[in-house]
Amino acid sequence: MSASDDIWILGINMTKFGKHTDRDAVDLAAEATANALADGGVTMADIGVLAAGNLMNAGAGIGQQLQKQVGQTGIPVYNVANACATGATALRTAIMAVKSGEAEMGLAVGVEKLSGAGLLGGGGTPRSEKENWEPSGRFGAVTGTDGRIGTNTMPGVFAQIGMEYGHRYGGTSFELFAKISEKNHAHSTLNPLAAYQKQFTLEEIMGDLMISYPNTRPMCSANCDGAAAAVVTTGAKLKTLSAEQQRRAVKVAASVLTTDPWEEACQVLPNVNTLTRNAATTAYEQAGIGPEDLDLVELHDCFATAELVHYDNLLLCPEGGAVDFFESGAPWRDGSTPVNVSGGLQSKGHPISATGLANIWEVCHHLRGEAGDRQIEGARVGLAHVIGLGSACGVHVLERSAA
Amino acid sequence: MAMTDTDTADASTSAPAQIPLVDYLVLDDGEPHLVAHECTSCGARFFDHRNGCASCFATDFTTVPVANEGTLRTFTIVAFAAPGIPVPFVAGVVDCDGTSVRANVVNTEPDPEHITVGMPVRLTTFPIGDDANGTAAIGFGYEPTGAVTQ
Ligand SMILES: [Zn+2]
Repeated sequence: MSASDDIWILGINMTKFGKHTDRDAVDLAAEATANALADGGVTMADIGVLAAGNLMNAGAGIGQQLQKQVGQTGIPVYNVANACATGATALRTAIMAVKSGEAEMGLAVGVEKLSGAGLLGGGGTPRSEKENWEPSGRFGAVTGTDGRIGTNTMPGVFAQIGMEYGHRYGGTSFELFAKISEKNHAHSTLNPLAAYQKQFTLEEIMGDLMISYPNTRPMCSANCDGAAAAVVTTGAKLKTLSAEQQRRAVKVAASVLTTDPWEEACQVLPNVNTLTRNAATTAYEQAGIGPEDLDLVELHDCFATAELVHYDNLLLCPEGGAVDFFESGAPWRDGSTPVNVSGGLQSKGHPISATGLANIWEVCHHLRGEAGDRQIEGARVGLAHVIGLGSACGVHVLERSAA
Repeated sequence: MAMTDTDTADASTSAPAQIPLVDYLVLDDGEPHLVAHECTSCGARFFDHRNGCASCFATDFTTVPVANEGTLRTFTIVAFAAPGIPVPFVAGVVDCDGTSVRANVVNTEPDPEHITVGMPVRLTTFPIGDDANGTAAIGFGYEPTGAVTQ
């Protein structure tokens, strides 16, 4: 690939995450879009393709709804839905369109209104007693199985994923998982766009409301509202733009999306490990770097139990070494591989479709040297990871411009 | 056959007295046990209705019994669930001689002092409710080996 085939993030923005009671999803998407376009020094007239996601309203066509507010130029729109990887999927879709040569510039947008959504994932078939038991569905179930055959709740599924890591490699405990949450909440105090900027002591985290052992409430991602958007373009196009645009552009050194290959048990408990490991391995190959080159990582800490396994899955530590990696202090912001300096999903918040673009924004912010109080000094390369159950995993490696 | 007092009035009808919660729980062929669809090409096992094998794409399956004893591979103690689901309960994955099974852990206190990853468990069944004909739906879970069935 020649240099001009490189893909660059020209402009990027995230809204404040939190409760936006007086604004709907289109309002938030329009704000992120307008700011991302301005950040890149372009307008909707420059955009040749739009990929957009709004998972909780996936059939409504958020892309076209957005166009009607920010500019209907007749460009193709791809409305995407890929669980919690929706935002990364939108970015990946825009990148593919630009890379293929069908468009010079693409826009990716993710937005969610999730404040007060409560527990996600539970329920399913109502368990009201029927007139007659009658098997239905792919398991021939006569009534709802959530709660009778395991749990569908997200905190419960990801709790099992962390506990399984402990079973395989040892060293995990309720306290260890709580310490991971303590780190991310401490990091969040430096991020004004986080939904929550509250520091918690370990005792407060462990003593809080238990949701699904070992995840207490502060160890779970925060449901909130928010949007994020990014403008991508080619290296060839970037060369025609201003010196300032070239200086602030961030190189997409790798853009990878994977699903889980079949393994024993993967249809019993989601396996978030293999597809993340596969995505990371491919991303490092594409970028021509290794995990030791990363200056910061934003990974999908939807629950404290999830963050632990992804240290390993993203190859930040030797296989089985995630507990030692954490205990060494490496993922703290002053450690060797800062992880989730934004505060992560546990405090920054998790407006599902915005999440995958917001973590890209966080990394870009540091690579541009614009992260203010939480700047990781001299950041040159960063990695952003998201995973959506089902499953889909997005990994992007980003590099500071040499211009 | 598990029948509660309220079933007695309907006991003379010809309706089946019990039905499994899911079709992969077998109640009428010796000791209650689970069965899986096993791919005849690669041996991958599945519990749901199949269109093909996710591992090797073959389409022929045979029904095989799953071992009744296993070890608890992972668990969580669910304290918050969807409305109508009693909490707390223990959800987990049991390794039954190489076949992973999703299930609740039952007949033990739902607290981390009583449940550990790696502990041996075995299948148990129990009635979960009757329909209008008095047919009892039978669920399953895994209990710690040696635990007293209530
Ligand atoms: Zn097969």
